[in-house]
Amino acid sequence: MVVISDIVVQGVQMLLVLLLAPLLTGFVRKIKARLVLRQGASVLQPYRDLLRLLRKEVVLADNASWLFRVTPYVTFAAIWVAAALVPTFATGLLFNWTADLIAIVALLGSARFFLALAGMDVGTSFGGIGSSREVMIAALAEPAMLLIFFCLALVAGSTQLSTVANFMASSYVGLRVSLGMAVIALIMVALAENARIPIDNPTTHLELTMVHEAMVLEYSGRHLAMIEFGAFLKLLLYISLIACVFLPWKIAVFGTGPLSYAVGAGAYIVKLAAAGFFLALFETATAKMRVFRVPQFLGAALMLGLLGTLLLFVSRSF
Amino acid sequence: MSPVVLQMSCAAGLLGIAGLALVLSGAKSSTAIVYGVTMAVSLVALFGSIRCLLGDVLNDSGLTLPIGLPWLGAHFRLDALAAFFLVVVNLGGASASLYGLGYGHHDPAPHRVLPFFPAFLAGMNLVVLADDAFSYLLCWEFMSLASWALVMSHHREPGNAKAGYVYLVMASFGTLALLLAFGLLAGPAGDYGFAAIRAAQHTPYAATLVLILMLLGAGSKAGLVPLHVWLPLAHPAAPSHVSALMSGVMTKVAIYGFIRVIFDLLGPPTWWASVVVLILGGITAVMGILYAMMEKDLKRLLAYSTIENIGVIFASLGLALAFQANGLKLAAALAFTAALFHVLNHSFFKGLLFFGAGAVLTATGERDMDRLGGLIHRMPRTSFVVLVGCVAISALPPFNGFVSEWLMFQAVLQSPELPQWALKVTVPAVGALLALAAALAAACFVKAYGIAFLGRPRSTAAETAHEVDRYSLSAMFILAALCLLAGILPGLVIDALSPVTTEILGGRMPIQANEPWLSIVPIAESRSSYNGLLVMLFITISASLAVFVIHRFASHALRRGPAWGCGFSDPTPAAQYSAGSFAQPIRRVFGTLVFSARDHVDMPAPGDTRPARLRIELHDLVWEGIYQPIAGAVGFSADRLNRLQFLTIRRYLSLVFATLVTLLLVLAIWS
Repeated sequence: MVVISDIVVQGVQMLLVLLLAPLLTGFVRKIKARLVLRQGASVLQPYRDLLRLLRKEVVLADNASWLFRVTPYVTFAAIWVAAALVPTFATGLLFNWTADLIAIVALLGSARFFLALAGMDVGTSFGGIGSSREVMIAALAEPAMLLIFFCLALVAGSTQLSTVANFMASSYVGLRVSLGMAVIALIMVALAENARIPIDNPTTHLELTMVHEAMVLEYSGRHLAMIEFGAFLKLLLYISLIACVFLPWKIAVFGTGPLSYAVGAGAYIVKLAAAGFFLALFETATAKMRVFRVPQFLGAALMLGLLGTLLLFVSRSF
Repeated sequence: MSPVVLQMSCAAGLLGIAGLALVLSGAKSSTAIVYGVTMAVSLVALFGSIRCLLGDVLNDSGLTLPIGLPWLGAHFRLDALAAFFLVVVNLGGASASLYGLGYGHHDPAPHRVLPFFPAFLAGMNLVVLADDAFSYLLCWEFMSLASWALVMSHHREPGNAKAGYVYLVMASFGTLALLLAFGLLAGPAGDYGFAAIRAAQHTPYAATLVLILMLLGAGSKAGLVPLHVWLPLAHPAAPSHVSALMSGVMTKVAIYGFIRVIFDLLGPPTWWASVVVLILGGITAVMGILYAMMEKDLKRLLAYSTIENIGVIFASLGLALAFQANGLKLAAALAFTAALFHVLNHSFFKGLLFFGAGAVLTATGERDMDRLGGLIHRMPRTSFVVLVGCVAISALPPFNGFVSEWLMFQAVLQSPELPQWALKVTVPAVGALLALAAALAAACFVKAYGIAFLGRPRSTAAETAHEVDRYSLSAMFILAALCLLAGILPGLVIDALSPVTTEILGGRMPIQANEPWLSIVPIAESRSSYNGLLVMLFITISASLAVFVIHRFASHALRRGPAWGCGFSDPTPAAQYSAGSFAQPIRRVFGTLVFSARDHVDMPAPGDTRPARLRIELHDLVWEGIYQPIAGAVGFSADRLNRLQFLTIRRYLSLVFATLVTLLLVLAIWS
């Protein structure tokens, strides 16, 4: 019985992230539109986009190989699995002990690996430019993220995300310099990894200024739907990650019953909305930077992560 | 038959095959016979060593042969450490022989390869088995010379002569360092048996020198920066299955030597030794992968990536030294297991990738990635297994590369326990370097695979490529399967490695086989756990679910059309991204510092019809900063000394007389 209820809770979590991810993106778009005094599309627009893409035919380049057709599913699956590992409304879920923070970084790395390959599969220069810039950004963002996670792991004494979240929810933590650095660095990495301003513009269609969009330029129809869905999920994943580690407010502890799960879910949605609002605010207030300024931005994140880790190596109380 | 006798007979068998190959030289079926028998012998040796590792190794399974120095004899011994490295050597040997059965037929001059291939394998087997300094050095030299002969097998190709020369110089230098190290270890008593060295007390001063000499000797063979310069020249010069052995296996024999001397013979380490090893490992990892990123020759890229992996292994060994020096047995076992696991993994995927590069070379005659492309259509099976290798080497789950990286990062996270300040600062910095190297490795293999196998063919050779033979393919498929198996069942590998850690460090990781669902839990479940099998199942199920839903509910329509070029439909495949252009962003981020890289744009004036040119300027600072000055100094003094060659007999005699008088004077003053 316990196992069944565990599976149910885990399944609910996995479905919840799927259902909420397009809504979050729609919400961010809506807020951004309102902030520049536009009406903006409905918050449900991403769902409609996905459905429309699913109904359209796929136009596949003559030269595309099987890798190009498999990649959308692999990418989506890797991101979904990574998202299932992040506690959203409750900790201690069934699959939490399957993998840890380092594995989440690697799963997102797998998704990017295949997407970057697919960008090069058709053999146009746009795919190439997107892939090569994406791996450059990743080459800095990934180590930065690992160092941030080292920092968390040293504070919480574990790389297991549930344990980290439980620890952070407890009263032992207090304010720490290293955690402050980690949260700033993690937000910087999240902006880069999700192709948001100031690193990349998710809405641009001018080839030379875009990274992620150039890489997936050749995709259409159901394939594009999977890739877009993956991108929505990734944004949700990062926000959940920041929320569960740094704002574990009201998160349900494993096995505390349906009521606390419901409270946890409510709190989670409030957190998502708040994060979406601040993301939109930030994106409206800043401009995109040149591609070759990005290394400095991410280098700063890397340094913050390293500094935070160093402080913890020197003394556990920082 | 006792295990060591079995292993020694296999090595002797390999030497016998080398002799047979000389006899058969020129016969039509010699390729098939030599590789077939070599594979059989390697398999016997492989299963023998696996049995030793899994079962209990006989503690005194030593063997003394009455050859070698008259009062010493030649000692050989098989312990857990040797058994593990024999597994690596013979697995590499068996797969390379299988590959050679097909690949060897394309060799224009088989008699230049066939005798040396089994001899090289025999040399590596014997180095691992040797139990006294004399036999060790003798086998080490034998191994080096056999591989040198293999590097020189295509000696007329441009660059290969230089590769062979640099390799010979560096190998001699390395052996000299090893010779001095063993001399110091043997001490004034001069007992060269490993058992005696292990029992002896070494002064801290001698231990320091031995560490430095081992870093020079074993490090130059393994490819530690800055001693790596020969490696990217020599490894690609050899035929591809030999490249696989040199990169995937011979570097591991060097690591074996380092572990044997530093962990086993030298006694308890000092903590600052670990700082040196850690820093060298971290720098090697990042430098190696940056070099690989800049490379457009497929085999050289793989050779540079070997340098990165060696750096990762040395960094893990450095961590193990640090923990061992402070008596943290469990953490030391964790770091050491990570190093050994990576040794095994690297032999799997580097072998696979070099085989893949060999297949590309057979099919197209090209190693230059900028003249490849689109091979995924022409060589579907090769492309598939090489993709597996690329994913595995990029440390992505659920493949094996990720597990060893994961174990290593877990070991890094144990380090705040260390009391020394230098280590507290070094370990996180090295952790950051390793994280950077891991991310760059993924970028590098996106480039390698994307440029060589994807896109449109950039040359007629790539356009008309064809799939390779069954032997080559089966060798690659076996290694790809091993990459997956070690990735999803890491607990079994860790348990198999525990006799080695017990023997060397006196501690071991907890038994993993009892964990539910074949998870691995290095310390405690609340700290960290990973389950490769479930991650794979989980990804497969999610992907299948997505595919099912899409195919059930979404449109099935599919239309083929020309690629969308945003209004500029380029007619030529040359407009695709090339190796150089793909690496450009990373070159601009890291290259200005590490390679003093510059891009020169030569733009013609308006109205001028000559093409614009982009020239990339890269400097190998290690080569220019260390090796060229040394070569210059040697050349300069050689020129000066050259005059001594053409003297008259009277001048020679007076020179000899003057030297004699000087030496006598020095002796008189000295005493």
